[in-house]
Formats: sequence, structure tokens, C-alpha cells
Amino acid sequence: MARIELKNVRKSYGAVDVIMGIDLDVADGEFCVFVGPSGCGKSTLLRMISGLEPITGGDIVIGGEVVNDIPAADRGLAMVFQSYALYPHMSVCQNLSFGLENINTPKAEIAAKVDEVAKMLQIEPLLDRRPKDLSGGQRQRVAIGRAVVREPRVFLFDEPLSNLDAELRVDMRGEITALHRRLQNTMIYVTHDQVEAMTMADKIAVLRLGELEQFGRPLDLYNKPANLFVAGFIGSPKMNFIAGRVDAENREVLELETGETMVLPETGFAQRSGQAVTFGIRPNHMHPVEGGNLHLEVNSVEQLGGESYLYGKLRNGQPMTLHLSGQTNAGRGDTLAIAPDHGEIHLFDSNSGLTLRMD
Amino acid sequence: MSRIWSFLTATRGNGRLHWTDWVSYGYLVLGILLMFGPVVWLGLSSFKTQNELDRFPPRFLPYAQETMELSGFDEALPLFTVTEGEYAGEIVAQTRRAAGRAEVVLPVDPDTRIRLQASQLEPIERIAFATSNYTDLFERFNFLRYLFNSTFITVTATLLMLLVNSMAAFALSKYEFRGRTAVLLIVIGTLMIPQTVVLVPLFLIVTQMGMFNSLWGVIIPGAATPTGVFLLRQYMITIPDEILDAARMDKASEWKIFWRIIVPLSAPAIAVLAILAIMWRWNDFLWPLIVLTRSENFTLQLALNSFQGELQTDWPSLLAMTVLTLLPIAAVFMFLQRYIATGIASTGGK
Repeated sequence: MARIELKNVRKSYGAVDVIMGIDLDVADGEFCVFVGPSGCGKSTLLRMISGLEPITGGDIVIGGEVVNDIPAADRGLAMVFQSYALYPHMSVCQNLSFGLENINTPKAEIAAKVDEVAKMLQIEPLLDRRPKDLSGGQRQRVAIGRAVVREPRVFLFDEPLSNLDAELRVDMRGEITALHRRLQNTMIYVTHDQVEAMTMADKIAVLRLGELEQFGRPLDLYNKPANLFVAGFIGSPKMNFIAGRVDAENREVLELETGETMVLPETGFAQRSGQAVTFGIRPNHMHPVEGGNLHLEVNSVEQLGGESYLYGKLRNGQPMTLHLSGQTNAGRGDTLAIAPDHGEIHLFDSNSGLTLRMD
Repeated sequence: MSRIWSFLTATRGNGRLHWTDWVSYGYLVLGILLMFGPVVWLGLSSFKTQNELDRFPPRFLPYAQETMELSGFDEALPLFTVTEGEYAGEIVAQTRRAAGRAEVVLPVDPDTRIRLQASQLEPIERIAFATSNYTDLFERFNFLRYLFNSTFITVTATLLMLLVNSMAAFALSKYEFRGRTAVLLIVIGTLMIPQTVVLVPLFLIVTQMGMFNSLWGVIIPGAATPTGVFLLRQYMITIPDEILDAARMDKASEWKIFWRIIVPLSAPAIAVLAILAIMWRWNDFLWPLIVLTRSENFTLQLALNSFQGELQTDWPSLLAMTVLTLLPIAAVFMFLQRYIATGIASTGGK
């Protein structure tokens, strides 16, 4: 069993805190993605789990055992690095077998395992080549192969796809997901790309500035973001935010900065009268409606055939994105009256950034 | 071959010699003369006899006088052509010469002594390589012993130095520890202390350790060099840490990381250092001169020095041994020089 628990894990370099107390519980066999903007500490956190980076405080528990003082080699993990970190002077075959040699695996067994992994990842014809003679995608496979061949309890991926071109990235995404289905290991995957996170993860941990912003299933993060940061980070294009204030008399009426007012649905939010709030709505949850209470002046239109994106600004000059399915005949300079789908709006406290959703 | 020829005869203009061609070829030829002239002179001189070496003005090629064995004489006699007088044109063998006068015989009639002015005689000479200069080294001197000493010191010291320096460089480039910069600065700081300053204390230490007059006394004091540590460190810094991390995840011990990852990846820098070390050690003179006093411990350089006496210098042996001493280092250089270029390019620059 390889359940991973982080208990108030902290890390500081001198006086600088980079990870400030993270609690996380990754169940056995789960595919967990750490996502966040660069500098949020996600790679550091991964290296701390791997044992390559010592922790300053808290406990890391893998499979029920506290591993704080266990060196990286003995934690039973395998890691795929961003730069692949293949051994440049060894052939692919030697790269794959190096780890097995280090634990004194018999030669025949090494050969069998390397063969099996090479077959699985379709790198058999490459076994005699050096890493420098491989393409980016092939190197990636070898790096994954090197992790798989040791049959670790847990796989750690550190932005493994960031050096690949877009098309290959989509392919490899599928392959890693397939690998997870096949091996059923616990995997932790670090990325700054929320699309990767959404498509691959069982659970996503959103990190910012060394703190865990939200941890949950992808759609939960999408549908019920816990705060402004997660709301803005998950989903593409980004959620639109409009600052506003709850009416002093009627807490169901929202006065927006744009000068418009909006009536909030009766259920779901715990807003107080007069509270400064931020109203959030995803681009695909708004529609042009006769008498809609938001007015969008269109700046540019992207027509993709099956769907359209409208970029424009509101009355106060704030930019806003609108996503429509199908095609549109709106053009540059038009002003559209739009209305949000009432079931899909989000409301956050402007000061704390936390959601006002009640459930 | 034709490519070499076309390379060597390349000109700026189409076929005709531009003045820049004259300048560049002149410059190159001058360079060749300056650099190869002494070496060629040394090589040819090493095949000259003592007499030929003493001759003034010196001649480029080694000559030896024709001699002839005649009955009634113990040694072969040198041959001359008579230039004037009664015997003009005759070939004669000289038996004695003194005060401008020579006593010669005709080869057909060895018993009749003829007296002539020395100025009437012109020696008959041919180009001859005095290989005895070389064979003497093996017969009269313990050349192989010196060669062994030099080789042993060079090989052992180089290996030891590469090992010590690369381990130090590994620690200084890839481990974070308190005082790392200080250690590095101290190592580099020792570059500023000339060897002559520490000569006496070093000698005292070596003597106290009982390594006086032992080859190890030459080898061990130079096992760690600041230049080597610095050169290797600069190179190892460029090896990505992620590769080391990957090896750690692959359960490689730090020792194994050093041997299996760091050393192979630093090969270009290590090759450069090896070449430099071999040249330093092979040509080293001062320190061996101090530590090694018994002739059976002499290196080639010391043996060369011992040919040069206070009153007399055995030039033929000295020159022959100089050539033999140059050959191995030249060979090393020839085979490894491409590593120097690539290695220095990749260690110094970035």
C-alpha cells in the first residue's frame, strides 16, 4: 500500500519559508496532480516527498511509515524529471538497467524487465542508442521507462511534458494516464498547466506561494472553487471577475463596479448586507440575452466554427471574455447585453478571497 | 594526399600569389623554423660524433670521415684526398698528424710513410649517423632504469592526482556544505604560493616521513594540485544536478555516482588534466633533484643533468638521451592533443 500523507509539512531556506505547512492525503493508487503558478513550491514539495530535499518540519508518511529521515533511495519511489535527466553517457538500455544493477538484480532478470518495459513503451528499437540521438518524445519515454522498470510504490513526475511540443504533449498525456490505469500505482504529478491537471488527475492540489489553496477532484475544483485564486486558475479561458458590493438593504442585490446591478439567486451564498464581494462567472456561463444586465463592448471575435470567443470590455473598461457554442454574428464594436446563468455564478469575499458558497 | 597538397598551397587569389599570400606563407615558414628548427637540430646533432660536435663552423647533417683498415695498423685509418703537390688526386690514409704536418700512407703501399703538409689534405667524408650514441646509453648507462623511474613517477603521480583532484572537485561542485566557498578559496589561494617558497618545509616533511630518496617522495607531495581541482570543479558544475538526483533515486550510492556518473561525464576535463599532469611530471626537474640523490633513483631529467659535468660534458650521450626523453611526451601530445582543444573549450568558456 502506498498512501501518501503530508502532515503540516514545512520547508524554509534560512529565514525564507517556501512551504508553509501543507496537509495532504493521497490515497493508494490515486493520480494526484500538484498545480500552481511557477514559484508556488510544487516542485519543492515533490522533491521533499522524494527525499531529495530535506524537510524543515512536519511529517511525510508513505504507506503508513514516517519517512522523514529515510534517504531518497530507500523510499521506494521513482521520479521522472523535467529535463528527463537521462545519463548522457549510457545507452538507453544501460539507462534503464542502472537502477536495477544498483539493487543487485540478477542479469537475466534485468534483461527481462528492461525488455518488458521497452515493449510497453515502444522503445525497443532505441535500446542501443544514446540519449542525445533521441527526440524529445523518445527521451521522455525512456525517462518514464527508467522509473517504471524499478517497480516503485509511487511515481513522481516533475513537469515531465513541459519540454515537448503541443501535439506530443497531448499524446504523452494519454500515455501517462494509460500507464496509471495499467500499473495502478500512486502517482504524483507536478505541472503548471491546468489543462494537464484537469485531464489527468483523480485529485488536484492547487498550490500558491507555498500554501495549499484547494485539494479535490478536478470537477469539484471547477464547479466549487474555494477561493478567488483557484477560481481564476482552474478553467480556460479564465473566469471573469467583477468587483462589487452587496446592497446595504437588500442582500440579494449586488451593485457591480460597472454601475450595473445584479439579483443573486436566493440559495447558496452567505453574503452579508454591505459586504465587499467579487462576482465570478465563467465565459461559457453567460449568454447574450435581450435585456441582459451586463453590457459587453466587443473588441475582437475568434470564430472557431464549433465555438466562438468574444473579447471585450464592460462599462467600466474591465476586460471580459465570453464563450459561445456555435457561431456568432457579433462583430467588433457591437455592444451585447449579456446575462449569467444563475446556477453558475460564484461569489467571493473581496477581502479574504474565500468563496461565500455555503455547501 | 591531394587535399593536403591543395590545403598547403592554398592562395588568396585564383592561382596567382597575392602579397598577403607572401606575408602569410613567410610568417608560417618563420614559425616552422622557429619551432621546429631547434628540434631538428637536436635530432641531427644526436647522431653526430664528439668530433663532429666540436667542429666549427657546425654542419647541418652528421658527417663521418671514411676510414680504411690497413695491415700493420691496429685501428682503421682516416682517408684524405691530397689536393696539391706530388701526390695530388691520390687517396691516402693518415697515420699521424702533428704541428701542421701529417704522415700518410698510400692504401696500396701501407709500409711507405709519406710526409705532407696538413693543409694539402682534404678529408673524405660521407653522411653517417652515429647510432652508437644511442646504443651507448643502454650499454654504458642505466638508461632503462631512468626510464622506468620517470615512467613510474609520471604514471602513478598522474593517476593519484586525477583521483584526488576529481574527488575534491566533486565535493566542491556538487555538495552544499558550510565553508565550501572558504575551502575553494583556500585551494585557489595556494596557487599564489610559488613552489620555491615551500621547498624547504616540504623537504623537511618528506624527510621526516622517510620518503627521502624514494620515488614516493616525488609522487605524493604533488598529488593534489589547486589547478586540477579548480579545472575539474568548473567542469563538474556544468553537469546538471538532476542527473545526480536521478541516480540517487536509482539507488546509486554517492561513491557510485562519482564513478559511474561524474567521472565519465567529466572525461574531457579529466583528459586535459591528465595531459597537463603527464607533461608536468615528466618534465619536472627541481623537486626530483632535491629528493632523489642516488643515481639508481634518477629520473631521465636528472640523468640528463648528470651528463653535464663541471669540466666535461658528454654531449653525444646528452643529446641522444634528450631525444629519447622528448619522444614519449611528444607521442602523448600527438594522440591527446584533440582533447586539449575540446577540453579547454568546454572547461574554460562557460
